[in-house]
This record gives sequence, structure tokens and C-alpha cells, in this order.
Amino acid sequence: MQEQLFQKKIDAEQKIEPKDWMPEGYRSHLIRQISQHAHSEIIGMQPEGNWITRAPSLRAKMILLAKVQDEAGHGLYLYSACETLGISRNELNCQLHQGKAKYSSIFNYPTLSWADMGAIGWLVDGAAIVNQVSLQKTSYGPYSRGMIKICKEESFHQRQGYEIMSEMANGTKEQKEMAQDALNRFWWPSIMMFGPHDSDSPRTGNAMKWKIKRKTNDELRQDFIDKTVAQAELIGLKIPDPDLKWNEERGSYDFGEIDWDEFWDVVNGKGPCNEQRLNHHIKAHEDGEWVRKAAKAYAEKQNS
Amino acid sequence: MEATIWEVFIQSKNGLAHKHVGNIHAEDKEMALQNARDLYTRRNEGSCIWVVKSEYIVSSVPEDEESFFDPSNDKVYRHPTFYKMPDGSKHI
Amino acid sequence: MTDIEKYILRIADTTLILSQRLSEWCSKGPSLEEDIALSNISLDLLGQANGLLEYVSKLNGEISPDEYAFKRDEREFYNFQICEIENGHFGDTIMRQFLIDIYFKLYYQELEKSKDETLSALATKSLKEVSYHLRHSSNWVIRLGDGTQESKDKIQKSLNNIWKYTGEFFEMDELDKKMLEEKIGVNNKNLKKDWDKLVDETLNMAKLKRPEDGYMMTGSRKGIHTEMLGKILSEMQYLPRAYPDAKW
Repeated sequence: MQEQLFQKKIDAEQKIEPKDWMPEGYRSHLIRQISQHAHSEIIGMQPEGNWITRAPSLRAKMILLAKVQDEAGHGLYLYSACETLGISRNELNCQLHQGKAKYSSIFNYPTLSWADMGAIGWLVDGAAIVNQVSLQKTSYGPYSRGMIKICKEESFHQRQGYEIMSEMANGTKEQKEMAQDALNRFWWPSIMMFGPHDSDSPRTGNAMKWKIKRKTNDELRQDFIDKTVAQAELIGLKIPDPDLKWNEERGSYDFGEIDWDEFWDVVNGKGPCNEQRLNHHIKAHEDGEWVRKAAKAYAEKQNS
Repeated sequence: MEATIWEVFIQSKNGLAHKHVGNIHAEDKEMALQNARDLYTRRNEGSCIWVVKSEYIVSSVPEDEESFFDPSNDKVYRHPTFYKMPDGSKHI
Repeated sequence: MTDIEKYILRIADTTLILSQRLSEWCSKGPSLEEDIALSNISLDLLGQANGLLEYVSKLNGEISPDEYAFKRDEREFYNFQICEIENGHFGDTIMRQFLIDIYFKLYYQELEKSKDETLSALATKSLKEVSYHLRHSSNWVIRLGDGTQESKDKIQKSLNNIWKYTGEFFEMDELDKKMLEEKIGVNNKNLKKDWDKLVDETLNMAKLKRPEDGYMMTGSRKGIHTEMLGKILSEMQYLPRAYPDAKW
């Protein structure tokens, strides 16, 4: 009976709020999805933060610092939304540290040159935007409101990245090579961000029925590719996919097969930076323990 | 060790009502205000911030929805559009 | 280089190098909220540095703000040495920030009265940011000083270790005196009394002990630095120096 009312609400495009009844599966799916999203924002601070001290101009430094700060903020909005489902940030942190929680696998790749800042902003934030715009209509209220706020802030991120790539692609010979190299390394991991094929994604069914997800992995991936290819061509960079071809009939690009072995390896912990990212996060958390304890102790003294 | 959660309400412009925007973690009210400002007003979205410990928020529950809110639904005479005004009447 | 350019570079470099140090905290804060707070302060300081460097650049007529930031050597930087020391743990960073925030507040309050309109305007703008930074850093000094025994021990040590870098705030060399005479610059010596008072107020609330004055580090006004600055600049300046023809 409750389940029927719940599904009726979903079908009528109404929002589910924290105090509403929801199936346990809906709650646990959301916790997993929102926390994964939050963890991604936070872990993503590392590869980008890697270049703040080496940004090549005052303006570039300011923009990158502001961007990474935004990522922290986005993580916080999402943890905040997740906590409304009855789980604490501490528990979510524990899950991350124990390897029980996932985050976007793109951040398990290293940032090796300044051009990577361009590639990440353009491709990774670009892919995230495609996903997030769709999620603005997700059925869970706090998640939907979080996504609307994030989308408003995200578009400068993509522009920042594309601007870097564009300047470099039209700059010196070394800059152009650096930009192309970054695109070569980040293209496939970016389209892998959309996850496995729909046919290999067991949770898609429920996610679509409960309107947690509004478009499927493959739909979003196609969307992203169609938008991005033209952007690359405009600045004179080449997408590293020999099978990329415009398909007039579909009105979309055909593209090559993703290396699913690499995908699953990186998702399952065997990527170049997985261990490093996690250890960094754990260390920051442990190093800060004495500070958090002090804040709590001080507050308790004031209350007594 | 769990941090304390605070709900954040922002008044974006003088004259408008405060709006709920989400929550933050902090141990005392001074840090709560600062954290809320850093998280929710980076783009100049605020002129006043309220923070309230989440435990102090009292909420109606969905079960109450019918008895709390439906009765106001059928009292259409509370809305000005219910009334027929003579043609040509002004300032009313 | 003219006198006023050299004078402005002191505060510009101070904000720039301090901003650089703070930006190293990205993704390493004791909480996400503090990560945001520290990068917020870093960004504000970077904005101040940028404003000041743009003014120097305008006065100079040839060298761009980026060239000032990325093409000068260690001996041509005039930031206070306190800015370049390593971040250490959160307490070390907070204590440094607290001590310099009080200095900035008093310095900018005086610089507001400068005959130079641009400097005065920059000071007014920066004061708003500084008062927010000071609120943050003094709040933390109090919470760490009056938190747990462990936090008290740590932050007291931070204070003891950094004290010798605070002497530079109040020096007056020939250039300072000249700028003061021309009603452009600040009387740094005069700032000390208020600085002491404000520092002591917070240290009392934090239940921390003010260190005895001893040997004070000096030399930044002449471009003499600690061994740390060279490493900061190697990292900060690497790209523009490696690709001198490139525009970024």
C-alpha cells in the first residue's frame, strides 16, 4: 500500500523528501549513488590540487583555486543530502577508507602536465555536467536541489578547462603537443565515466523506475560525445579514436569500443592512482583528528 | 566521534525571507556561522545567515499532511479570486 | 625600480607567498569545512597580491604583474620571512595566520590613510577580507588553546616556534621612513603597541602563554630570505620559466 503510494508519487513527478516513506532499496540505492558522487568531488580535488602551486599565471592560479574550492563545496552539498537519508558523514568516510565505497574512476589517473587541467575541466566536468543536468530532475528532493545548485556553479568549470585547451592548442608548438597529449590520455577515461553499457548495468532498471536516474549510461555517453567532438575540432585537436565517425542516419557519432578490461580494473582498485588517492584522504583525516577533537572539547566546555 | 549538524537558512537580499539551503558540520555556533558563510555564500548569495542545530528543528510528518493541510484546500473563500467584482470597479 | 614600486612589492610579495603556502592545504584540511576556509583565505590573499602587482605594473609601465610574480629571483622578493616557512600542522598554519592577520588589519587601517589613492582603495577592500580571516584564525587559536591538552601543547609550541618571525612586522628601514615622510606609507613601529594588545587578548582567551622576545629574524626588506623561499619559487615559477615564449 505504502509502496503503491510511493510509486504513484514518483510517476507523478513529485519529490520524495527525507521524512517520506520509501522502500529500503530506494534508500540504499540513493545512499550509494549520492555518496559515490560526493566522494568523487572530494577525491577529484587531489589531481587538480596537484597543479595549484604550479599554475602558470596569477589568473590561472586564482581560477583553479576557486574551482577546486567549488569541488569541496559540491562534496559538502552532496554529503549533506546523503545525511538526510539516515547515514552520517563519518560512516561514509569509513566506507571510503575501507574501500567499500566507490568514486568516479577518472580521478584514479594522474595529472602529468598543466594541459591536464584543461582536459579535466573540459572533458571530466563536461561529462559530469551531462550527467548532472539530467539529475536535476531526480526524484529525491535534497538530491535534486543539490544538483540544481551544483549545475549553476559547474559551467564555469567546463569553460575554464576548454579555455586552457583552446589557448594551448593555438599557442606554441610545445603547448599544442601538451594539449593533444592530455586529450589523448583523458579521452577514454572520460567516456568511461558514464559507466558500463546499459546491458551490463544491473541497477539501471530500478534506478529508472524510481526516477533516481533520468537517462541511461549509454544515452548520456552518446550525448557527451556528440557535444564534445565539435568542440575538439574547433580548436584543432584530434580525438584519439580511429573509429569515430558521424552517422547521418542516427544523427550521432559512432565511436570505438571502450577497453572494458581497463574500466573494470580501475573501478576495482587497480588503477594508477587508486592507492595514492585513498592514502592521501586517510592521512588528511588522521592528521586532522586532534583538531576535530579540540573543537569538540572546546564546545563542550562552553555548554557545561 | 560525530560532528554536530546545523541547518542553514540564507536571506539572499534584504526584505526577503530566509530560505533553507542545506546543512553544515560545526561544533559551536561561531564556527557554524563561518562554515555556512564559506559554503553557501561564495557567490554573493547572502545578506544574512541563520544556523540552527538540526536537533532543534521540529517537523510535521507526512502522516499529518492530510489533517494539517487538506482542510485549508476547500476554503476557497479565503482567496480573493472567489469573489465577483462589478465591472469597472477599481482599487479593490 | 622606484621607491614606491619597491615599497608596494613588500606587501604584494607578502600576500602572494602566503597565498601560495595556504594553497598547499588543498585537500589536506582537518575537515572539508576547513579546506574551504583555508582556500578561501588563500584566494583572497591572491586577489590582494594581484591588485597590488597590477598597480606596481602600471607605475612601472613595462613589467607585467605575471612577470613580477614569475620572473623575479629570490633576492628580488620582499615578502616577510614568516610567509615562506613550511605550513607544518594545522596549528602551525593557524598561529601564523593569526599573527599576520592582526598585522594586516593594523597595517591596512593605516594604509587607508595613504596619500596614494590607489593604495588607499586597495587597503579598504582588503580590510573587509582581513577582518573575516582574523575572525577565523583567532577563533581557531582559542579552540586549539582551550580544547584538549594535546591541542594546547601543540599550539603553544607553534606560537613559541614562530615568534621570532614577528619582529619583521615592525621594522622601519630607510624606504619605510621615506614613504612615511611622503604620507604614502605606514609607520610600522607604531603598530606594535596595538598588535601586542590584540594578540594578548586572544592568547588570554586561548589560555596560551606569550613567548619572551628573543632573537628576531630579519632581512626580507633587503631580499634576504630563509632557504624555503627558493623552493617555493622553483615550484611556482617553473612553467613560465620553462616556456618563456608561451602565453598561458
